[in-house]
Amino acid sequence: MSVVVPTSLADALRAVADDPDAIVLAGGTDLMVEFNEGRRRPSSIVAVHRVPELSTWHHDPVAGTLRIGAGVTYDEIERDPIARWVPALSQAARTVGSPQIRHAATIGGNVGTASPAGDGLPVLAALDAVVELTHERGVRLVPFGDFMVGPKRTVRQPGELITAVTVPVLSGYQGYTKVGVRNAMVIATASVALVVRPGAVAIALGSVGPTIIRCHDAEALVSAHADFEACRVSDDVVHEAAELVRAAARPIDDHRSTAAYRRHAVGVLAARLLRRAFQ
Amino acid sequence: MIYTLHVNGDAREVRDAAVGESLLFVLRERLGLMGSKGACEQGECGSCSVLVDGNLVCGCLVLAAGAVGQEITTIEGVAPEGSPSDVQQAFVDAGAVQCGFCTPGLIMAAHALLERSPSPTELEIREELSGNICRCTGYGRIIDAVQRVAVVRRGDA
Repeated sequence: MSVVVPTSLADALRAVADDPDAIVLAGGTDLMVEFNEGRRRPSSIVAVHRVPELSTWHHDPVAGTLRIGAGVTYDEIERDPIARWVPALSQAARTVGSPQIRHAATIGGNVGTASPAGDGLPVLAALDAVVELTHERGVRLVPFGDFMVGPKRTVRQPGELITAVTVPVLSGYQGYTKVGVRNAMVIATASVALVVRPGAVAIALGSVGPTIIRCHDAEALVSAHADFEACRVSDDVVHEAAELVRAAARPIDDHRSTAAYRRHAVGVLAARLLRRAFQ
Repeated sequence: MIYTLHVNGDAREVRDAAVGESLLFVLRERLGLMGSKGACEQGECGSCSVLVDGNLVCGCLVLAAGAVGQEITTIEGVAPEGSPSDVQQAFVDAGAVQCGFCTPGLIMAAHALLERSPSPTELEIREELSGNICRCTGYGRIIDAVQRVAVVRRGDA
């Protein structure tokens, strides 16, 4: 029975290595709900919200990357300068919970919880983000697409701490959009992230499968037929891409929505983002 | 577990606590501070809003034992009893209180909002208070109360 609150990265890594079964708690906005409802009774917790090294970001203009510490909150990601470097991530951040939630919730927590409905995750998937996992013995870098292996399941090993996420800083259009039962403070019933690079697009879906889904068929179609110079795409290609997105989705019926609605909605959202990107 | 929290400027000892207890639970059930309200226990309603190191958060989503060493401000610490803060007084004057259950959380959120943005637009107020649910007022008078404080603090009134 213990709660450890490390105040340095070294202490945090030691605490996680010493007690590999301890629950790692970041902002608490997911885990505390489970504790409050008695769905989980923790015996030991390592609370990492006061580790200063996790709360920093580093922009490398030469490499064109942004390394975001796992403890950076969605409140900070929503705002400049991160909003300027990764607009889609900022848009996703703005849809996370309420101001109170965003003040506490961290990108590392979002990644570690690995809910298919996690708002930041489709953006990270579309950006080909890299998750940094740190153990006392060393660091390993895992592409986000390999990191999440199921609903709330990741390749993080006992003793490892999620320390950062690294994303590219790009100049093309990028966007995130989602639907839920209302506008404010809602968990996505379907979500889409779109990232446009020179000559290629990336499309990732949230809440419509056990993991975040990249739509390789739709990406190939748009990449082949869009006019990246003139920033144009035909209606036919948008419609066909939306159908390919629907085909890629693997939604389920649950308390939040039906599979049929999710499949429909995710196509609408993808078409909407494509029209915004290529107008 | 035994630990000490800093609440409204006082060091308060917490005894016999379980590992996963929320700050809201500890404030109400162990420290007798009943101002922060508990309703949804999942961060949706905002009635437990408190400041931790000046940051507006839901008390129900803060691990109490993790807040050791941090400065916690609850509605009880906003102003001395009997002399309301400007925000509290504006809520009274504007008629922004009906059943009152959401009021402590909204007062905390309104203080935090005005700290961050001294002259908020109506849209900003609606967005910044979107984490606090009120089922009585329809929000009109709450927005009015926040705007009154902004005007007075700017010295326009």
